[in-house]
Amino acid sequence: MTGTADMTVLEEELSRLAGSVPDPELPVLTLEELGVLRGVRVLAPGRVTVELTPTYTGCPAVEAMSSDIERVLRDHGVADVSVVTVLSPAWSTDDISAEGRRKLAEFGIAPPRHQGTSATGSGPVPVTLAIRCPHCGSTETELLSRFSSTACKALRRCTACREPFDHFKEL
Amino acid sequence: MTATVPTAAALALGDDALVLSHRLGEWAGHAPVLEEEVALANIALDLLGQARVLLSLVGDEDELAYLREERAFRNVQLVEQPNGDFAHTIARQLYFSTYQRLLYGRLAAAGGDGEGGTLTGLAGKAVKEVAYHQDHAEQWTLRLGDGTAESHERMSRACTALWRFTGELFQPVEGLDVDWRELESDWLASVSAVLERATLTVPDGPRTGAWSAGAGRQGLHTESFGRMLAEMQHLHRSHPGASW
Repeated sequence: MTGTADMTVLEEELSRLAGSVPDPELPVLTLEELGVLRGVRVLAPGRVTVELTPTYTGCPAVEAMSSDIERVLRDHGVADVSVVTVLSPAWSTDDISAEGRRKLAEFGIAPPRHQGTSATGSGPVPVTLAIRCPHCGSTETELLSRFSSTACKALRRCTACREPFDHFKEL
Repeated sequence: MTATVPTAAALALGDDALVLSHRLGEWAGHAPVLEEEVALANIALDLLGQARVLLSLVGDEDELAYLREERAFRNVQLVEQPNGDFAHTIARQLYFSTYQRLLYGRLAAAGGDGEGGTLTGLAGKAVKEVAYHQDHAEQWTLRLGDGTAESHERMSRACTALWRFTGELFQPVEGLDVDWRELESDWLASVSAVLERATLTVPDGPRTGAWSAGAGRQGLHTESFGRMLAEMQHLHRSHPGASW
């Protein structure tokens, strides 16, 4: 992971541009807010590598993300852009920014709960803590299915307002 | 950072993921309820993502998936077993997801190809996804096992039918530094605990040595696998290089 400390001014600028690309499946979020952008490196003038990490290994949005980043950076004058996928360290829902969480809830998707450091896959799947309905705010919600419209979401229903909603499940 | 790819291991684990992904995909349009249709398709998609990463370590992913003959596949026979009824699919999921989670957990911690290696990175990522697959299988095992007399009977039958394919899971895979005996005893403890909670009996049949079970890693597969491959590979072989 490239920290901002060792990035050049140009890399920071390109990083902001790449980070401003909206997520293809959740367009309310930017890639920066989703936390999937791992680094931008200028290898030579006009030649840039962007490191991207998938939310899920099989996430089909990665290809769209890659081509969107390539397009944005090319439009900015970078002739040669290559987007590489990195798997390690694995992405976690804790990488979604506070602003990203706020936007998810506003969009009608219950944001993932913070996991802290226990996101190693060794503990039981946390499904019992209260998840708030993004429509009415009630914490009285029930799980309908562990997998919803995409692998990263679970389908729940609010027992107060009866509306079904997606929950971005913790990973 | 060393990154020597254990090719045999990537092929074995990649084929497991690919074949099970295809089997689960066969449920599309047939699952008992819409939520399950979506759940099984999502699990299949996770597995397909793993397969793509693993097979790409070995060679061209499309060539490996679509142009190999049956004998060249290195998946365990468990994952190629037909879907059967929903209980069979859940039993297969319970057995396999428990194995995969325990195995990936070890590979992520120990490193199959060294720290920073792709296999290790994949394992560290996939173990979190597989935790949801295992949870899904466990919840359904409990619901079916501790459900009606009919669901109990069918879940019980499914667990017994697939039991003989579970010994093969613990055959050492070349290039993976894993304590397979410990993996097996952890698997047995985990699966037994779920079955018992589901009021099901842990099958007592043989898990190794039974005829036909346990040579998938050597390229020997069961009868239905050829038909599955024919369907999976048909389009690619009929229209080489087609795109849309």
